[in-house]
Amino acid sequence: MKEPRLVPEVEPTSYYGRPVIKAPVWKWAVPAYMFAGGMAGASSVLATGARLAANPALARRARWTASVAIAAGAALLVEDLGRPERFRNMLRVAKPTSPMSMGSWLLTVYGPAAALAAAGDLLGLPRALTRLADWLAAAAGPVVATYTAVLVSDTAVPAWYGARRELPFVFAGAAATAAGGAALVTTTPMHVRPARAFALLGAATELGASQLARRRLGEVGEVYRQGRAGALDRLATLLTGVGGVVTWLWGRRRIGAAVGGASLVAGSLAKRFAVLEAGIQSANDPKYTIGPQRRTVEPGRTGAVADAPPR
Amino acid sequence: MSAADPALGAGYEDPPTRVGFFTDTSVCIGCKACEVACKEWNGVPAGDLDLLGTSYDNTGGLGADTWRHVAFIEQRRPPGTEAGSGELRWLMSSDVCKHCTRAACLDVCPTGALFRTEFGTVVVQEDVCNGCGYCIPACPYGVIDQRRDDGRAWKCTLCYDRLRDHTEPACAMACPTDSIQFGPLDELRQRAGRRLEHLHDLGVEDARLYGHDEADGVGGAGAFFLLLDRPEVYGLPPDPVVGTGELPRMWAAAGAAALTLVASAVAAFAGGRR
Ligand code: SF4
Repeated sequence: MKEPRLVPEVEPTSYYGRPVIKAPVWKWAVPAYMFAGGMAGASSVLATGARLAANPALARRARWTASVAIAAGAALLVEDLGRPERFRNMLRVAKPTSPMSMGSWLLTVYGPAAALAAAGDLLGLPRALTRLADWLAAAAGPVVATYTAVLVSDTAVPAWYGARRELPFVFAGAAATAAGGAALVTTTPMHVRPARAFALLGAATELGASQLARRRLGEVGEVYRQGRAGALDRLATLLTGVGGVVTWLWGRRRIGAAVGGASLVAGSLAKRFAVLEAGIQSANDPKYTIGPQRRTVEPGRTGAVADAPPR
Repeated sequence: MSAADPALGAGYEDPPTRVGFFTDTSVCIGCKACEVACKEWNGVPAGDLDLLGTSYDNTGGLGADTWRHVAFIEQRRPPGTEAGSGELRWLMSSDVCKHCTRAACLDVCPTGALFRTEFGTVVVQEDVCNGCGYCIPACPYGVIDQRRDDGRAWKCTLCYDRLRDHTEPACAMACPTDSIQFGPLDELRQRAGRRLEHLHDLGVEDARLYGHDEADGVGGAGAFFLLLDRPEVYGLPPDPVVGTGELPRMWAAAGAAALTLVASAVAAFAGGRR
């Protein structure tokens, strides 16, 4: 028989408050790439939709947005490497266990396809080839827009790993927001109508999924509300919200569409920075690593501790 | 009890026995000979010379330039708890890369720079690493890190060069109390089990093994520990998990999100036609 405890169970403690895991070392270029890749991928979908809907004005602009965005994105990826001159090593192997490896290979298909789809007519390439590129870009685009969520989730970072079910939807929504927003800026109101709907659906998906993620994360979710991550997340929500409302109310006018679209694009960009910053904050405070793991340990699992070793 | 050999899984046909570390912290005296020997042998840069001001530990934790780290904890167990008598005690523990059976760093590495050696250990090839940084937040123990001036990721190699010369790693050789024990993992696990029993018989109720169990979130550690308190007291995660196990479900979620994106486009154009 055990005596009742005189003092409460010890609080999750830590080693002098030092982080248990290492925070990501990624700089601004990585969230900027996630934004660019998202805008590109969703723009390719928009472009193919516009082509099928016999809206060549929108299709052409969306294709160019996609190819410029993905070219910029690739440059950003190289820029963030610790050894940029070794970027080719990304294609040294193909590893299914590494979302970054899979993403690199995906980009070798998507990048050229997006470029061909945009420039094929200009270069006088056979129509069939341009069409094929357009289909390929539309098929790969949604994966380009969402694989980055898998990439960040597959880490020990509490604010990412814990949100692994919702983050792809946040990224997909933000990608549609950016693609629709870019189309609103570049395309005349007469042709942009579907892009408006696309952007608004994206904004709704992004905001809804973010809400779900925060709820699922429990105490870890607070990093999306605190410090720099909180400020960036609020900025993203504000820009997306304002952009959505402006687009909804005044998107039929050139100026309203441009202002609303720009705000949506900026909101999508800010969102990726918020996600990176939240990840860093959650990694830097040991309580976000220890707390959730303690809770998985206590009910059933013994975790990494074995009091009585198997014999 | 046999250790599932990850070298077999990595495609080595007839690999040598899997080796590892058993760090028995109950006999660590905090001398840091391991930290020094590791730096000397591996030519690891000195890093910052800082006084952290929290304890006799001024290294803080493992990193690109610290492949063995001696934690130092000064504790007064609160009287009235089961283990506590109000006495002061010092806990010392030499931390190291766990050389996980299922290693997150290795799984996520896009270049193949991180690889599984024939000894079942995990090593970075410095001539391949392009500094993408993915392994750093992937490791559930916060072991591997980037050297900022160099851009690449670095960590303990379990003295790969010495293993190939049939010599034990520098830290284990330098340890004066045999707190760091090197050997075939199977043997170490049995020895650890006996040591734990012995300590429990002596009434050291706090003793526990960490990373010893193949059923844990990383499939068992190649470098495991005997601890005298909860892992988090030493800066270790209580339930480390390799992200790879969830990867199929993550891709499924991404696939669903990708389809949502396509569905949004379809809806947008369908609505526009009306
Ligand atoms: S402890 Fe970290 S760095 Fe070492 S093998 Fe495991 S995941 Fe890799």
